[in-house]
Amino acid sequence: MAEPVLDIRNLSKSFGALKATDNVSLDLRPGEIHALIGPNGAGKTTLIHQISGAIRPDAGSISFLGRDMLPLGMAARARLGLGRTFQISSLIPEFSALRNVMLAVQAQQGSSMGALANVMADASLTGPAHEALAQVGLQERSGVAAAELSHGERRQLEIAIALALGAKAFLLDEPMAGMDPEGAKRLTGFLAKLREEAPILLIEHDMDAVFALADRISVLVYGQVIATGTVAEIRSNPQVREAYLGDDA
Amino acid sequence: MTRETIFSAILLLALLALPFAAQAIGNPFYVTLATRMAILALAAVGLNIALGLGGLVSFGHAAFFGIGGYAAGIIASHAMNGEPVLGMMLPGSMPVAWLLAAAAAGLVALTTGAISLRTSGVYFIMITLAFAQMVYYFAISWPAYGGEDGLSIALRNSFPGANTARPLDLFLICYGVLVVALLAFWRISVSRFGAALQAARQNEIRVAAVGIEPFPIRLAAFVVSAMITAVAGALFAELTRYVSPSMLAWPMSGELIVLVILGGVGRLAGPVAGAMAFVMLEYWLGGLTERWQFFLGLILLGVVLFARGGILGLVAGKARHG
Repeated sequence: MAEPVLDIRNLSKSFGALKATDNVSLDLRPGEIHALIGPNGAGKTTLIHQISGAIRPDAGSISFLGRDMLPLGMAARARLGLGRTFQISSLIPEFSALRNVMLAVQAQQGSSMGALANVMADASLTGPAHEALAQVGLQERSGVAAAELSHGERRQLEIAIALALGAKAFLLDEPMAGMDPEGAKRLTGFLAKLREEAPILLIEHDMDAVFALADRISVLVYGQVIATGTVAEIRSNPQVREAYLGDDA
Repeated sequence: MTRETIFSAILLLALLALPFAAQAIGNPFYVTLATRMAILALAAVGLNIALGLGGLVSFGHAAFFGIGGYAAGIIASHAMNGEPVLGMMLPGSMPVAWLLAAAAAGLVALTTGAISLRTSGVYFIMITLAFAQMVYYFAISWPAYGGEDGLSIALRNSFPGANTARPLDLFLICYGVLVVALLAFWRISVSRFGAALQAARQNEIRVAAVGIEPFPIRLAAFVVSAMITAVAGALFAELTRYVSPSMLAWPMSGELIVLVILGGVGRLAGPVAGAMAFVMLEYWLGGLTERWQFFLGLILLGVVLFARGGILGLVAGKARHG
């Protein structure tokens, strides 16, 4: 079997008495979509924060492309190719959609200390940014300020930014949150294509999307992974049904 | 051309025309007034890089302004007495004073910024204030350069091809430096560095999540900002031919923030509009009443409550960011 791109071992994080992440091990393999599901408060976003570097785990290890991630900050991990999106859209509000993506292209190219050239006249920035916007279907809205985009468009923009990073793995934190069914359907189709770029660790509440997309699913409850398996295995797992899916799933 | 560009050009031309008009009507005092406008605008352009582009509310820029003033004063007095500065015989020349001003302020900004920028919000405001007050108390307790009495400049530093004793020459030098600083501000604001800086102001987490560390970006901006403000301080000392420790004191930091807010935070010509308005108010209101700062306060209150974009926002509308 291929080496995992992202390998998380025995990760733990407590906030006071609350074990938000309790001895979690999971991995992300090349080419796959690994969905992480679980009830609200199960610790999914806390886990993503630890992988992306926003918070530091108490114990355990995270390695990405064979490198230990724990000593690195958020920006350094992003430069190595961990592309994340946020559960609540996190964009540069006054920047246009295009400039939001251009910032990611610029970061990916390296230095942000250049103070002479005009970014809007720099085709090495605008070109890839337009391309990423076109890939998520936002090309018509490239000049609109992020603050003025609709909720669904902001979700698309988040993904365009992750794309422009040339990510080697995507961490998508509820990309469909708050999207209408039409938009969610389009995004599902898009994520299926995105997997060809890089493997995806997907946190999602929309079970239709998860079952349609995921190669493997891990179920997180009270900070613990109670099961990992294929869609069929997870659907038929009695523990999972009890904890999360309910009998109607 | 946008309305903002047109209005900015009009402002700059008006500032340039003012001293010539003053000479024509035989009222040279207005030349000094225009020079004061250009210098304060320059200081505010510096602050506008940190405050406007970076969102770094520095309440300590008086330190850089004052350091610039002392650099000019020290160069002038040493040249006058034929004494070396830092072991070197330096000519009493403005470009030398500016270099010394920018280098000294840059160094102070680098060290204080490296500490201050680990904080944000109110803490950043307080820590920059604290550092500036340290510089202030150091200056008034240092007898070599006048202590509390300040330092007089008997003879202004020279500038190649100009007679700096002539008010109009001095104005043109200040105006020239202001234009260069405005060009620098504009290039920075549209560059990669400026994009990262402005993005970090709006959403620090997002900037880190795409792989850009906000800290070095902000530190560089803080240093450049301090250097420009220091050159303005050097020119201010030349204009008044006196370096006062009050240049370093916290009310000066407040005044610089007022200039930026009055003109329009983060706008290219905001500091020019702010400085012109401020000096005019100071002169005319100051002529009407000793309590002119009370009315300045009312005007500032009006700007903050009803015209967030300052004078430029009122005239040219909301800022656009490509």
